[in-house]
Amino acid sequence: MPNYTLHINGKERSVTADTDTPLLWVLRDELNLVGTKFGCGIAQCGACTVHIDGVATRSCQMQVSILDDVKITTIEGLSDDGKHPIQEAWKEIDVPQCGYCQAGQIMTAAAFLEENKNPSEEEIREAMHGNICRCASYNRIEKAVKVAARKMS
Amino acid sequence: MEFIKKNNFSRRNFLKTSMLASGGLLVGFNLLSACKADAVMPVDIESLNFNDFNAFIKISDEGYVTLFSPNPEIGQGVKTSMPMIIAEELDVDWNKVNVVQGALDTKHFTRQVAGGSQSIRFGWDALRQTGATTKQMLINAAATKWNVDPTTCKASKGIITNANGDTFGYGEVVKEAAVLEVPENVTLKETKDFTIIGQEIVNVDIDKIITGKPLFGLDYKAEGMMYASVLRPPAFGQKLDSFDDTKTKAVNGVTEVIKFGDKIAVLASSTWAAMKGKKALSAKWKKGTNLESTEDHDKILTKILDGNTFDTRREDGNIKKAFANADKVIERTYHSPFLPHNCLEPMNFYAEVTAEKVHLVGPIQTPQWTVNRVSKLLDRKVEEIHCEMTRMGGGFGRRLYGDFALEAAKISSLSKKPIQVIFSREDDMTAGTYRPAIKYRIKAALKDGKVTGYHLKEAAIDQNMYGSQTHFFPAGCIPNFKLDTANHKSNITTGAWRAPYTNFLAFAEQSFFDEIASELNVDKLQLRIDLLQNVKGTTDKTIEYSGKRMEDAINLVKEKANWGKTTEGVYQGFAAYYSHNTHVAEIADIILKDGFPVIKKVTAAVDCGIVVNPTGARNQVEGGVLDGIGHAMYADFSFKNGKPNHKNFDTYRMIRMQETPKVDVHFVQNEKSPTGLGEPGLPPAGAAVANAINAAIGKRMFSQPFVNELKKKTVLG
Repeated sequence: MPNYTLHINGKERSVTADTDTPLLWVLRDELNLVGTKFGCGIAQCGACTVHIDGVATRSCQMQVSILDDVKITTIEGLSDDGKHPIQEAWKEIDVPQCGYCQAGQIMTAAAFLEENKNPSEEEIREAMHGNICRCASYNRIEKAVKVAARKMS
Repeated sequence: MEFIKKNNFSRRNFLKTSMLASGGLLVGFNLLSACKADAVMPVDIESLNFNDFNAFIKISDEGYVTLFSPNPEIGQGVKTSMPMIIAEELDVDWNKVNVVQGALDTKHFTRQVAGGSQSIRFGWDALRQTGATTKQMLINAAATKWNVDPTTCKASKGIITNANGDTFGYGEVVKEAAVLEVPENVTLKETKDFTIIGQEIVNVDIDKIITGKPLFGLDYKAEGMMYASVLRPPAFGQKLDSFDDTKTKAVNGVTEVIKFGDKIAVLASSTWAAMKGKKALSAKWKKGTNLESTEDHDKILTKILDGNTFDTRREDGNIKKAFANADKVIERTYHSPFLPHNCLEPMNFYAEVTAEKVHLVGPIQTPQWTVNRVSKLLDRKVEEIHCEMTRMGGGFGRRLYGDFALEAAKISSLSKKPIQVIFSREDDMTAGTYRPAIKYRIKAALKDGKVTGYHLKEAAIDQNMYGSQTHFFPAGCIPNFKLDTANHKSNITTGAWRAPYTNFLAFAEQSFFDEIASELNVDKLQLRIDLLQNVKGTTDKTIEYSGKRMEDAINLVKEKANWGKTTEGVYQGFAAYYSHNTHVAEIADIILKDGFPVIKKVTAAVDCGIVVNPTGARNQVEGGVLDGIGHAMYADFSFKNGKPNHKNFDTYRMIRMQETPKVDVHFVQNEKSPTGLGEPGLPPAGAAVANAINAAIGKRMFSQPFVNELKKKTVLG
């Protein structure tokens, strides 16, 4: 199996994996970065969302072989201390129920707020529409994104 | 159920203390049952004996409190709310409390069950007694050191004070407390003195969740662990005929292919390789039993409803007479599909089966039952089996059934390797334990503006409503009442799905009463209140819901939602339902956008007694309402020749953010013992929305999902 060097959370990580291995499984199985979650495997639920060069991306669809030139950020690297304004907002609003989808929600929200500093409610709802929360903590996710936007502005 | 200070525990039996080798006091207690007379307390924190005790409090020399929380956490918040109850009576600063669950590997690891929204209801008294007794023990220890009467001492926020103003921190007296008798007859706090219960306490796992720390079953890893992906028969009723694994074995990372029963496990060094290996299998299937279809089920269940082969589960008065004398009879039939649970964390489990032991780790709502079944499956002694629970990425009933744990145990036993079984989403949705398809036919007799007779028939796949459900509203409110059930056995696996039976029964009945109110030309909400008057003061012991508490919840939602006073273009629908010991009333507000109903807001009023953790409690109700709406609106699941019609979220529609209304939750204020919240918010939601849809467009919903009904009615244009 070929060897790849990936830039993840500010570090160079070397992995050996089949060319078609999705980034999701490289993160989880090879690098033990298990914060990125497996939900559907077909880019429909958003649980596996990471940032690739700052863009929210479904890691279940990104083959390891095409990622040598990009910077990857996972939930573990969103902040050094768990105090990114979005993480703080998530805590303030007490968003999670089971918590499984929340890393993906947070990564989607983080990339969105980098692009749109002062989003409307409709824009937030549209941006977060791709992430399923099976416990349906949607009201709180929406509220937390608003709170985070205020913190970041 | 409505006691606050009932002292019905023998503390000697349910609580024991010991000094820890590592320093500090350990209090072991049993939540649901008295422990054995010879129960042994460990002296080492590493060997907590969950067989004799199922929960522990550790108080360190420094006064820090660690609560070893036993109840499975599936997102319902008990890992936060249950320790809050102990901490309240123990009277410690919440900031000094640490809650620990899992990662305990002991010889007799057994824990409680998560299900039926009962953790808080059953735990309330025991948790308070435990906290209060421990506090008294610490006070007694301090009083002994001071040589004063304990009644002259008091404790607050982890500090004991005597009449002279001398103080001891809890940590300073743990050694003395450990050797004292467990006190009897401790006094519990008055609700007005609560300082932790009723506060907004953030989920204790929040920091781990928002930073992506390992918490869930799929995050578990062990030395030498292989990943296992399992090919199961694609249709219920099929069996494995033959298979060819040549291509599978050529996949990088695949180490082994194991047939067990009608399933084939592919073992690999990574999840991806295991999944790829499974896809590369070429299997032939043959017919075992019937290959069933929803179309056939519809015919069978309708035939049952048309026939006369029911078990009568409740009968009051004389319905024959009531229908014969009626001014008008209304009869309606309601249809629900099967439903998969779709926990976002797919089913998974770790097993390591060796000659010495069986080690199981994963997300499971029923660890004890699973251990017993693994014991039978592998012919191993229960004592040799350890089961550890992880946090669960959702439960909704699916993780009550340990099929995935049994698969893991079997595969590990055959391969002699530690393995983790991982379901793909497709496996999870197609090898489910579904909410069974059900039909309700309800008939009402109306006379002189009143409901004089009520006859409900349930035709369900596999099983029928159970326990006290047959005595829920409107039982006790209508003089002539009959409830009949019948079922059809299927080979499609079915089971509990969040608020079993009531998740659809509430929709059927509360839609039906809305229609009756229209027929009688009375206010829809008032009809329910009028009916509830008849159950007040009932002497019928089978009726466990309260007419008064339901009426209070209805009046609260009426006020908060401005029932009947909304602006033009906003249409309201009402529903109320009692389940899992909690009374809930909901009003949905919808508007029409291009003729299609858009749900803007749902107001919920909930009587769950004392609200232990308001933020967690609201979260449960918000989620329950949206979950109820999502499935009522969109969930479309059926079978053809034994095969499910959906496999993944590309075609199976789950509610997403743009479809969600705001949920406004209010609690009825009272001092009654708390009841559950994981489920009761869900059942009324579908009916509230259906009734609002009718208010808007004059169409009744009789089948779920509503989107299909709405398409049929051509409101989509």
